[in-house]
Amino acid sequence: MSSVLAAAEERVALAWSVLDGVEDPEIPAVSIVDLGLIRFVRAQPDGNLEVGLSPTYVGCPATEVIWRSVKEALAQADVGGFEVTNVLSPAWSSDWISAEGRRKLLAYGIVPPERTVSNMRDMLHADRPVACPRCHSVNTERLSEFGSTPCKALHRCRACLEPFEYFKCI
Amino acid sequence: MNAGATEVDAQALFRYVLRLGDLSLVLGQRLGEWVGHSPALEEDLGLANIALDLIGQARLLLTYAGEVEGRGRDEDQLAYLREQGAYFNAILAEQPNGDFGQTMVRQVLIDAFQLELYERMTGSADARLAAIAAKSVKEVRYHLRYSSGWLVRLGDGTPESHDRVQRALELLWPYTVELFAEDDLDRAMADAGIAPRLSEVHAAWAGRIESILAESTLKRPADRPHAWHGKRGQHSEHLGYILAEMQYLQRAYPDARW
Repeated sequence: MSSVLAAAEERVALAWSVLDGVEDPEIPAVSIVDLGLIRFVRAQPDGNLEVGLSPTYVGCPATEVIWRSVKEALAQADVGGFEVTNVLSPAWSSDWISAEGRRKLLAYGIVPPERTVSNMRDMLHADRPVACPRCHSVNTERLSEFGSTPCKALHRCRACLEPFEYFKCI
Repeated sequence: MNAGATEVDAQALFRYVLRLGDLSLVLGQRLGEWVGHSPALEEDLGLANIALDLIGQARLLLTYAGEVEGRGRDEDQLAYLREQGAYFNAILAEQPNGDFGQTMVRQVLIDAFQLELYERMTGSADARLAAIAAKSVKEVRYHLRYSSGWLVRLGDGTPESHDRVQRALELLWPYTVELFAEDDLDRAMADAGIAPRLSEVHAAWAGRIESILAESTLKRPADRPHAWHGKRGQHSEHLGYILAEMQYLQRAYPDARW
């Protein structure tokens, strides 16, 4: 099989492009690469590719779907032998969402996260106004800390009265 | 291991990791009881989300506990097939939900505990626990922001809401003593650099709770001696009912899978 013989770098590059086609099941607008869930793809001495995958939230039900999708996509793409590793540390951060990912989130109607705050005191005072993704007014309010998925909070625009979701900083 | 740190045996580490995991699992299960019954849709989502995070923590911790034990038990076997006496959560977690205010009081007390514990555990000599703590603490900050926000609204709200959460605080406060009562197992983990000293966690927790209570215009109840030993497997009657519901399917249909 030519794919097995292909240079390791080519297989790694192919794996990255395949992974970029794997959508988040809850937010199909962005790929798991955009979200920063793929920590690394590297060739192992035994010839297998190792893919490092980080969970966003520890209890997020989408995580298992993502694992399955990653394995299916790689198996179909003929990148050769591979294994997927769960990378818990360092913990995934919303800061790792790419610029492209942020653009896609906003276009989808989800406000991308601001920079992560790493302590409780900053977090209690981190309520900067979030601009409405539709009318861009900053006259908005947070309705709920927790939205339809673990990674999003629910906000409302006081100007256009539309509710919208905000990707939490974590 | 840290230089100079003492070794701990696998059985001790197994029991300690279960203390952490069971606290999250039992509290997550309790919060799940609110689904479909919360005062508003937003709170239904909020409580379900926190429950999900807690069960996620429990999955990581129980999986690790099973590996440490080395007898081939996985997260599901540990969650669904242990008897009440083999659960090691502090019994605050299993106390009934009561009204929404009582649930928020219990939540603030445990969120602040997990926050202070996990923040310190990110430097654990046990790399796996350090990673789980670093991951979980990010979520716990959101839990505490949610629960403390509600405590302030209810405590500093109407006379009715104030009285209700003050009563809930009087009811639940005695159980907090167990969280910080250091026994041989806690001491061994701290000596080995695996867990922080509970006295340190307690001091930080007390300061944080003090300021949340002040903002909520609530009075901190006095500490009283306690005789709770959930951390050693001696539980209130409530845990049995929780496990009966949670474990029903695996007990009735062993090895059933989705």
